Order: sequence, then C-alpha cells, then structure tokens
Amino acid sequence: MGHAELLGLTMATATESATDFDVARNDSLGLRVQHILHGNPVLGPLAVLIVAIIAFSIVNVRFFSAANLSLVLAQVTVIAVLALGQTLVILTAGIDLAAGAIAVFSSILMAVFCTRAGMPGVLALLAGLAFGTAMGALNGFLVTRIKLPPFIVTLGTLTIFFSLNSVISNSETVRGTDMPSIMTWTGNSLSLGGFRLTYGSIIMVLLFVLFFYSLGHTAWGKHVYATGDDIEAARLAGIRTGKVLFSVYTVAGLLYAVGGWILIGRLASASPNVGTEYNLDSITAVVLGGTSLFGGRGGVIGTLIGALIVGVFRNGLQLGGVEVVWQGFAIGLLVLVAVSLDQWIRKVKS
Amino acid sequence: MTAPVLEARGLTKRYGRVTAIESGDLELYPGEILAVIGDNGAGKSSLIKALSGALIPDDGEIYLDGQRVQFRNPMEAREAGIETVYQTLAVAPGLDIADNLFLGREQRRPGVLGSVFRMLDKGHMRSEARRHMSELGVGTLQNIAQAVESLSGGQRQAVAVARSAAFGSKVVILDEPTAALGVKEGNRVLQLIRDVRDRGLPVILISHNMPHVFEVADRIHIQRLGRRATVITPQSHSMSEAVAIMTGAAEPPPHAA
Repeated sequence: MGHAELLGLTMATATESATDFDVARNDSLGLRVQHILHGNPVLGPLAVLIVAIIAFSIVNVRFFSAANLSLVLAQVTVIAVLALGQTLVILTAGIDLAAGAIAVFSSILMAVFCTRAGMPGVLALLAGLAFGTAMGALNGFLVTRIKLPPFIVTLGTLTIFFSLNSVISNSETVRGTDMPSIMTWTGNSLSLGGFRLTYGSIIMVLLFVLFFYSLGHTAWGKHVYATGDDIEAARLAGIRTGKVLFSVYTVAGLLYAVGGWILIGRLASASPNVGTEYNLDSITAVVLGGTSLFGGRGGVIGTLIGALIVGVFRNGLQLGGVEVVWQGFAIGLLVLVAVSLDQWIRKVKS
Repeated sequence: MTAPVLEARGLTKRYGRVTAIESGDLELYPGEILAVIGDNGAGKSSLIKALSGALIPDDGEIYLDGQRVQFRNPMEAREAGIETVYQTLAVAPGLDIADNLFLGREQRRPGVLGSVFRMLDKGHMRSEARRHMSELGVGTLQNIAQAVESLSGGQRQAVAVARSAAFGSKVVILDEPTAALGVKEGNRVLQLIRDVRDRGLPVILISHNMPHVFEVADRIHIQRLGRRATVITPQSHSMSEAVAIMTGAAEPPPHAA
C-alpha cells in the first residue's frame, strides 16, 4: 500500500511536470507564432491558401487540373485588380465602398463610348480609364478637401455611380461582339501547356509588381504607410498628407477602371447589372490578405493571396457541391477569422 | 551679449474669444538649453507651435538669426532649420527606424533608378541612420530596420530626438520629451538633450517635470496667462520659487537671465 501510494505520488508529480512543460511550451509557441506573423503578416494568408488548395484537391481531383486553375485565376483577376486599389485606400486607414461601382460604371462608359458614341476603341478605352480616374479623384477630393469620412464619401458616390450607370446604359447590356476587339482583348488568353493565361491576368500581375515596388521602394509608398499609420505624425514629419490621400483615391479610381476593362473581357460584354458584390469582395480580399483596416499595415502581396483565397474557396466549394449561399457563409467566416487574427497580431509586445 | 538664434516678439494667437498667447516674447541664445515652463493653458504649446510653423500667429514677429521669418506650415520651419519633436511623438510606429529618421525627406538612388524609377536609397539611409543614432550614443539598437513600434518609449523618443538633431541646423524644439518615460529612460533622454546642445544646437525644452528642467536647462522661461512672466536660471531660483511664479503665487522677479 505504501508502495502504491509512493507510486501514485510519483505519477502525479510526473503528470504535473509534464503539464507544466506543455503549458510553458504552448505559451512560447503561441508568442513565437504571434511574433513571426507580426514580422511577416503574409505567412498567415499564405498558409490558409496552401491548406485550402490541398484540401480542395483532395475533395475533388478536378480542382487541381490546369483547366480549373486557369478558371480560378480568370475569375480572380477582376477582384484582384479592384482589391489592389482597395489596398492603397485601406493602407491609409480609409475604405472604398465605391470600388466595384467605379469599375462597372467605367466598363459601361467604355462600351457606350465605342458603340453609341462611335468612338474608336483605343480612344473609348482611354476615355473610360480617365473617367474612372476622375471618379476616384472625386472621392479623394471629398475626403481631403471637404474632410468627410471615407466610409460616408464612398457610400454616397457608390450610390451615385450605380445610378448614373443605369441611366447611361439604359440598363442594357452591351455585347462584346458589338465592340472593337480591344475592349474584349483582356479576355483573350495565352496557352501555356494546358494552362490558359488571360491578358487580363497578365495586366493584373504587372500591376501588382508595379505597386509592390511603389509601396516598398519609393517615398510615395512610405508616405502612404505613414499617413495610414498616424496621420498627425505624418503631417508633423512634413508629409503633405492631403496630397497623399488624394493621390491614393485617384490612383485607386484608375485601377478600378482597369478592372472594368478586364471585366468586359471576362464577361465578353459590358453589363450594368454585374459587380454589386465586387465592392465587398475587394475589401474581403484585402482583409484576408492581412492588410489592417486600421491603416499603415499590410501590402499588395497579401492582397493577391487574399484574392486567390476568395477565388479558391468559391471555386473549390462549388466543385465540392456546396451551394452558392453557403459559399458566402464560408467566405464571411474566413473574414471574421482574418480580422480576429489581425487584432491578435497587433497586440504583440516587444 | 551675443545675438539670439531665435527670437519671438509680441506673438499673439486668439481662438475666438480665447487668447492662447498675448504678445508672447522668447529669446533663444546659441549653445543653450532654454526650458519653457508654465501651467496648463499658459500658452506654452501655442508659443512653440508658432515657432515650429504648426500654427500661424495672428500678430507678432519671429526672427531666426536676425532675419524675419514667417512660417505657413511645419515644413517651412523645418527647411529654415528648426526641428521639432512633438509630444505625440512624430514617428510612424509601423515604419522602421531608418524610414522614420528620413520620413518626409527620403533620399533616392543616384542615376536613372532614382530620377526615373524614384527608387529609394535604402542602404544609404540605413547607414546614415545608424551613424546619427550612434553619434547620440544610442547606437545600441540592434537593428535599424526594426519597426519603431517594437521599441520602448525611451528608444522611440531617441529616434525622434536623433531625427531632429540630424536635420535641425539651427534650433531643436522638444515638447515634453520625458513625459511618458520611466526614470531611467527619462535620464537617458536628458543626456541625449545635453548631447544635442554640446554638438552646438540650441534646444528649447518644454516640460512639466521640474527636476528635469532644473537638471538640464541653462535658462528657464516661465509662461503665465499667455505671456512671458520672467526668465530665471536654475542657479537664481529654486524649484518651488519657479512653481510659485508659474502659478501666480509669487510676483515674477525681473529677468534674472
């Protein structure tokens, strides 16, 4: 009996110390993960993307086929370009609810210019891009000059742009076959093995490279981050924060218009009735990519991954036989997890 | 007597019916630390903001090296050689030390990379940042590319002070640089302030912390009810006398310095 007691005691001690050890290790592991994610915020989204790709490939072998991956990329391209503009805005601690509206309205303008107005294709395209830029500039003007919150400004312009969109298009779709070929050129593709790469996707990748460079390696990029991080500190450091914000909304407008052009190629038409979900999808991609809604943190690589996550989930769930309504549910859940993760990472202490 | 580096004459600033500064005067002489003290609402901040271009006075003149200057924004004051470290720490927490040191005056690569592609010269900025930090005896920071938010309060303050010392050619203004710091870090920042002065840059120090003021200041400007009550030195008056003048409990003596 004494022996048993002794044994019990020893075992208890052993269990206790094992538990202690586990607790200690868990703590440090959690902290270490937090630190690693804080230093490399892209790792979290990247892990989600890789796990999702592996999981969907297991569920349905068709997922990882060249044809399907081409489809995912083509589906993601427009959202990715819009999310690129959205990233710039969110980095300044703003939000752009009009992203999708500007894209769709620009695409309608391009289509109307080259059909009803009879403009040559290139001119219609440039005019459409110019109008998209002007719409972004209007947002920038209202944010910096009238000093309204970005949420309110873009809520207002979103409604206005969609309304003008219906007026100008007569709520009619313009078929791609009625337009000059340059309008639908973004939907054409290169064939690499079984993989089809649309020109729209190539433009998208080039834009991401351009803005990766601009944000990380130019003074403008540093000023965008500083403005979003702490606008007062940036102003006191001599940064013309108004100019920075205006440039961000304007450039974002141009990017949305490019997204509109790619959208025409993707749908082989310009329709005023698409794209209502693009506003929120672009924000979703940015948030999933680890860019903080509080500004000053994140980047375009994360956004590209975020857009791919949205595309992979939509496509993978569909192939897995999940109904469309539940796809939205899953994406929404992902967003909440991503934002919670962001909050947790921000709490990191030195 | 040498001429002041920076001089303010009759500065006035009103916000509606509230008068923040009423014909405020100030002189800063070469190679000194001038402390500015005063109760809340005495007009210290407004005075300093006028000197650093963050506020445009309604009336009065500012002279830098004897030349009349009129700043419309902080950038103009900075270009004239007046660097200010604000109480709110004018650093961007998400950016690294080198980025913060060069914030608003980034340097570009020479040649086509800089002029056409506007590429930043990160290597040069980092080595310069390291040099500036170590010149002020804060070279202990392991990594010049670490985000400022990962630094302690004192280290952040050191980054802000190093920036002002690196780029201020005439005057450095420090607004409550030790307010948020512990004892040890506060003392290090005080040493930093002396180092800046010893490198030949006159410093204006705004502080509520009397022991700190009496420890480093060469002269003490006491602001009361929007105007300068008097100027004393740590030798001419005690801390409690200074507080008495500041709060109006004692008549301000004629300028002791």
